[in-house]
Amino acid sequence: MQHKVIDLKDVVIRFSGDSGDGMQLTGSLFADMSAIYGNELSTFPDFPAEIRAPQGTVSGVSGFQVHIGSEGVETPGDFCDLLVAMNPAALKSNAKWCKPTAMILVDGDAFDEKGMQKAGFKTDNPFTELKVEDRAIIVAPISELTRESLKDSGLDNKAILKCKNMFTLGMACYIYSRPLEYIYLYLERKFAKKHPELIEPNKKVLSDGFNYAANIQAIPNTYTIAPSKHKKPGTYRNITGNQATAWGLLAASEKSGLPLFCGSYPITPATAILEELAIHKSLGAKTLQAEDEIAGICTAIGASYAGNLAVTTTSGPGLSLKTEALGLAVMAELPLVVVDVQRGGPSTGLPTKTEQSDLNQALYGRNGECPMPVIAAHSPSHCFDAAFTAAQIALEHMTPVMLLSEGFLGNGSEPWRIPSMADYPEIKPPFVSGVLPEGEKFRPFERDPETLVRSWAIPGQKGFEHRVGGLEKTHEGVLSTDPQNHELMVRERAEKVARIASRLPRLEILRGPAEGKLLVVGWGGTYGHLLGAVEEAGNVSYAHFDFINPLPANTEEVFSRFGKILVCELNSGQFVNYLRGILPQFNYVQYNKVQGQPFLVSELVDAIKKEI
Amino acid sequence: MATLTFKDFKSDQEVRWCPGCGDHAVLAALQRALPKVSQALGYEKERYVVVSGIGCSSRLPYYMDTYGFHSIHGRATAVSTGIKVANPWLTVWQACGDGDALAIGGNHFIHAIRRNIDINIILFNNQIYGLTKGQYSPTSKFGAITKTSPYGTVEHPFNPGSLVLGAKGTFFARSLDVELKLNEEIMTAAALHDGCSVMEMLTNCVIFNDGAHKAISDPEFRADRTIILRQGERMVFGKNSDRGLVFDGRKLRAVHIGEGGYTLDDILVHDAHANNIGLHMALAEMKGPDYPVALGVIRDVKDITYDDGVRDQVKEVMAKSKIHSVDELLHSGSTWEVTE
Repeated sequence: MQHKVIDLKDVVIRFSGDSGDGMQLTGSLFADMSAIYGNELSTFPDFPAEIRAPQGTVSGVSGFQVHIGSEGVETPGDFCDLLVAMNPAALKSNAKWCKPTAMILVDGDAFDEKGMQKAGFKTDNPFTELKVEDRAIIVAPISELTRESLKDSGLDNKAILKCKNMFTLGMACYIYSRPLEYIYLYLERKFAKKHPELIEPNKKVLSDGFNYAANIQAIPNTYTIAPSKHKKPGTYRNITGNQATAWGLLAASEKSGLPLFCGSYPITPATAILEELAIHKSLGAKTLQAEDEIAGICTAIGASYAGNLAVTTTSGPGLSLKTEALGLAVMAELPLVVVDVQRGGPSTGLPTKTEQSDLNQALYGRNGECPMPVIAAHSPSHCFDAAFTAAQIALEHMTPVMLLSEGFLGNGSEPWRIPSMADYPEIKPPFVSGVLPEGEKFRPFERDPETLVRSWAIPGQKGFEHRVGGLEKTHEGVLSTDPQNHELMVRERAEKVARIASRLPRLEILRGPAEGKLLVVGWGGTYGHLLGAVEEAGNVSYAHFDFINPLPANTEEVFSRFGKILVCELNSGQFVNYLRGILPQFNYVQYNKVQGQPFLVSELVDAIKKEI
Repeated sequence: MATLTFKDFKSDQEVRWCPGCGDHAVLAALQRALPKVSQALGYEKERYVVVSGIGCSSRLPYYMDTYGFHSIHGRATAVSTGIKVANPWLTVWQACGDGDALAIGGNHFIHAIRRNIDINIILFNNQIYGLTKGQYSPTSKFGAITKTSPYGTVEHPFNPGSLVLGAKGTFFARSLDVELKLNEEIMTAAALHDGCSVMEMLTNCVIFNDGAHKAISDPEFRADRTIILRQGERMVFGKNSDRGLVFDGRKLRAVHIGEGGYTLDDILVHDAHANNIGLHMALAEMKGPDYPVALGVIRDVKDITYDDGVRDQVKEVMAKSKIHSVDELLHSGSTWEVTE
């Protein structure tokens, strides 16, 4: 058989296995290596809520999908070209994600009677049972070959079997013509300090996997995916959304000259932001792992009062717990960034799955008249700018700001052209300055006539002693239950947030004509999928909202140019109903999905075509 | 530096506690103590931040002419913690009630103590919810009849002292609202203590729980039913200073000096700085009729503080790390170049 090397524009690979099989690492190594090679890419980790669910069962399957290409990679891809399944359960839960032309690579050793039983197969042919028997199927004895490869390594059987993901990765590297050097380097760095004895075995298994794939006849063709030609020159790196969020906050700390304080409680899928900030003490970041979610936000509010750039990070259920304190930050008019990495709800819901269903909570989830700016990140790397902007608005407008991320963004990664901090603006909080004239008292809630922003006096500043708190007060900061004063303050707090619109970027039509019958609208992490879908559907216009409260100032004008607005979101219609309330004059239709999964480009294309 | 006085800490706001409320006296003690603290430590007024939660006593920040934060129910301790970590240079005082700190805010309270964050917590314990007009609190006596326990409570109260010491508190003092001079002393000692200081003030709510502490505060019995502990002094009490505390090998005993073979030399000497928590716990848990209730600084020991720990770690990592700017951070780890 003639071996062919075929050049592909893009390819989607889904690594799946038991949650202890190391599939997240395998997938991210493949992604990082491809990024360095120069491909465009997007990743989507899809893992169970349990750290070690019952071994071999469908509930314990962990997956990592990576989409690499030379152009047009906006999403992790709907369906895969190669499915790696380390056991029958992984095959069972992931076969549905295979393209009709997909290749399926399985560890044959795991497909014994016990494994098949645990996965709940009813027959002894899993491929027929799953109706994927017509795909290119490679059954490789991966466990056995790994054992064989390391029989003289001195490692025990358990340690040896832990290396089988490297065998698989080696095979994938052969299939997609990836050089192994990057992974060698990674292994050397990872194990250098604590387990130098694991470096050589892992390298050996990796290269044995590569060679095995080259030797067997089952893989007739291999593929190359050329580096992207469309990339702007510069230095690139891979970044996850949670990492980018943390770094964006650090950037805002640097640009404001205020130390960063993060008070948070661990919660999936937001924890990585706290973990990341905890590393970067060298940039002055202080992290406090609080006793609960409420303490997370309340320590942050205290830190804000004391003059730090204060942040609290959480996910839906944690945000519910923080609700009362959010009101306090609104009332005391203190800067605070609240990051909500959304997951499937309500209640504990689907902790490791993605959703956009906290929008109503972000907008309305507080007692009293309690408006707060709401910003949404639209891609893993965009989390950096979104976090920077959230902090900038919080500090310059003396308000808590809600930054909505999503599990899909937080855990997902993409290559990112590293920006220069010189291109970011200084952040200038409205600090009081100088000294007050003798006998004059600081009026903490007196407002700038233009922006309605109050000025900020930090404890330690002589002569500006004042009290803040949750009770209604006058501009002088004196407690008041006067009816007229209350209504005035309610209006001013709302108007202060509304006026932020004047500084926000205008809403742009990202694709398609500037006017027409249909405008597709999205917000947050659905950006890549929607972009892919409108490009595929063709001749349809698309706008995406990064700013939700307030909306960009030209929203009404943009909407007025279209006959119909199709709002697509991963909830039951929270944004579309928000738009209906604010701009009721337009004709809205909606497309919603609430499955704890991102959109598929294909289903969006269908939804768009239905409305054209 | 100008010498600060009582007046400097008095705000222009009208104090709105009920006439006869024990909180007035605690406020007065604080306003008298802070000038002394300032004198001792060289603090300017702008260095003080007074934080509170919700409840009658939590109005206190409005009556202090300092920086102040009247936060939300139960959360004062978390807000104080944030302030102190953000700026360890500030000196943070906190006013909170028994419902505020020990019920809704119980979690923050024990964790602040566990961390030993350098804040000064005045715990106003009137054994009742006053602002909501008379419901039982976590310190109400077993069987207390209140609006929400018309037939008496069926739950045990917390002893705040045991709670603080159980959480390995480094400073605990107790006093009565009426002990103005002792309270000034306690507050000054708390300010000098580096770490989390808890001062339990047994206050009287004239409206909803009048006389809750009468059994020990009434001038007629006070000397016999309380003991004021002072560092390095013998644990002597009683109207005629003829009673004292001894340790009989297994437990504390209150004895009459000169009776049963006990002489003044047998009476324990108070050492709040002793690291061993056992005796402090026993002192904090003393109650009538067998024992006098302990007042004064019961425990005051040195330990690492959280705010110092955070600050030192930041410094240490700063000195070691190669990353000192966000640009350096962005370029750290694996990166690659894309050229034209």
